Formats: sequence, structure tokens, C-alpha cells
Amino acid sequence: MEMVLGLKLIAVALLIGLGALGTAIGFGTLGGKFLESAARQPELAPSLQGKMFVVAGLIDAIAMIGVAIALYMLFAM
Amino acid sequence: MASGELTSKDYITHHLTNWSVGEGFWTVHVDTLGWSIFMGLIFLFSFRAVAKTANAGVPTKWQCAVEMVVEFIDSTVKSTFHGKNPLIAPLALTIFVWVLLMNLLDLVPVDFIPWTAQQIGAAMGYDPHSVYMKAVPTTDLNMTIALALGVFILMIYYSIKMKGIGGFIKELTTQPFNTPWLYWFNFILEVVALLAKPLSLALRLFGNLYAGELIFILIAMTGLYQLPMHFVWAVFHLLVIPLQAFIFTILTVVYLSMAHEHH
Repeated sequence: MEMVLGLKLIAVALLIGLGALGTAIGFGTLGGKFLESAARQPELAPSLQGKMFVVAGLIDAIAMIGVAIALYMLFAM
Repeated sequence: MASGELTSKDYITHHLTNWSVGEGFWTVHVDTLGWSIFMGLIFLFSFRAVAKTANAGVPTKWQCAVEMVVEFIDSTVKSTFHGKNPLIAPLALTIFVWVLLMNLLDLVPVDFIPWTAQQIGAAMGYDPHSVYMKAVPTTDLNMTIALALGVFILMIYYSIKMKGIGGFIKELTTQPFNTPWLYWFNFILEVVALLAKPLSLALRLFGNLYAGELIFILIAMTGLYQLPMHFVWAVFHLLVIPLQAFIFTILTVVYLSMAHEHH
């Protein structure tokens, strides 16, 4: 039983941690590129901002699903 | 919490169980169906009321809001969709507002609707612990997959309508490797890519809303300090909720635009 509990905690840690890692890389690249292109062509910034938020939602989604599964495993299984 | 002797596991499970009727394949989630239809009716009637009473005089506040939404969707579809089809913009508007309204139910305090349902159930003579009410339709995978399946059917329909059966099969088999002895491999790749579209569409919306709802429930168990935490998470969700509705809409438009294109 304790073995199962420990493995579950490790699985939860991996789910949240690796998800956060991927999202962090994605958001870093996304934000950096957005600032770069806004500095290069400031008149494009508003239209780029909208597209950036859409991509931010796409990046966010997988990590969020991972967090949800992890928390479900931790508290409700 | 409704009653003191519930464990946290029971509390979470109770909040995440649908009110279902029937068995096996024909299990119907009454709360998902009811709330989604209710939200759809709110959308239809409130927007219709504006369309009926709109005039050139001073617009009411609600009319301004509706006009903003319609113009926003109109400009988005114009910049994303490159074919000619009068169905796409109304479809995008319906999906956007409907999904947004269903997602907004996530911001209703987690105990409010289930507690009310339990009181009504108890008044009608049922055991309050077996009354389930999961209000947010988009935290039910059945709802999001149903939405995505509708989009998927439209994708297939317009692919065949625009390119013909032969064109559609050609699209599935002749790329990326355009040599006849690799057509079977192309077909496997393209079918997987085709099926992944509605699946990812459904899972993205479901996952985000389910995670949000679950974290609201977890915060609700922390006692008195839950109020500031609820506030912070709700503010974050004010960004997530319209964003997910918009992503669902824009991906629908992009997929349908791809279905209209010739290669």
C-alpha cells in the first residue's frame, strides 16, 4: 500500500513537473519572439498580441490537462 | 462543506459525478444536457431580442455588447477563412457564445448549484447524498466530444462537397509521399492527422475546464482562507474561459478553411 502511495506521488510530481517544464520553454520562446517582433515592427504589435494569446492558450492546454489528472490522482483516487 | 463527516475524497467525487439516467451505452447525463440546452436558449433568445429591436437610434448597452461580439467574430472569420461559405460565420458565433456561456458556469461558486439541487432533491423525498449535479457542461467529456464531432462531420462534408469523393481520397493518399507504392503509408498518416483534430479540440476544452473546476473544488476544502485563493483563481479563469472558447472557435474555422482548400 505504501509502495503504491509513493509511486502515486512520484507520478503526480512527474506529471506536474514535466508539464511545467514544457510550458515554461514554450512560454519563454513565445514571449521572447513576441517582444522581438514588436520591437522590430511596433505597428504590428496589437494584431500579434491577439495571435500570441491564442498560442498561449494552446501551450497552456496540455500542461493544464496534466495538472488536472495529477490532482485527480492525488486527491480523489 | 455540506456535512461535516464527509471525507475530502467523497467531497471531490460527489462534485465530479454527473446526474445520470439509464445504463450502459444509453446513460444520459441529465445535468450536462439540461444546462447546455439552457445556455443555448439564453444565447438564442437574448441575441434574437437584440436583432428584433435593433434600430438606428441610441443603442442599449446589451445591443452594444452583442454588436461587439458579432463584429469581433466577423472580423476573425474574415481574416482566417479563405473560402466562400455563408455558414461559417454564424457557426463560429454560435460556438463562441455557447461555449463561453457554458464555461462561465465555472465561475459560479462550486457548492451553490449542487447544494441547491440537494435541497430540492431532499424536499422531493430523495436521499440528498445521492443527488448529483455537475453544472458546468464543458467539464463533461461527452459534451466537448459532441461539439467536436459536429465540427468533424462538417469537415468531412465540406471536404467531399468542395473536392468530390475522388479529391478527398486523393488528398488522403497522395501526400506527403507522391509515389504509388507509398500511398498506403500516406493514408495511415493522413487518417491519424484527420482524427487527431476533433480529438485534440475536445480534450483541450475539457481538460482546461476540468482542471479549473477541480482546483476550485480543492480550494473550497481549505477552510476560511479559501476566499482570497478563490478570488485569485477566478481572476486567472477570467482569462482562461474566453480564451478557450475563442480557441475552440478559431480552430473550428481553421479546420473548415482547410477542408475548403484545394491542393
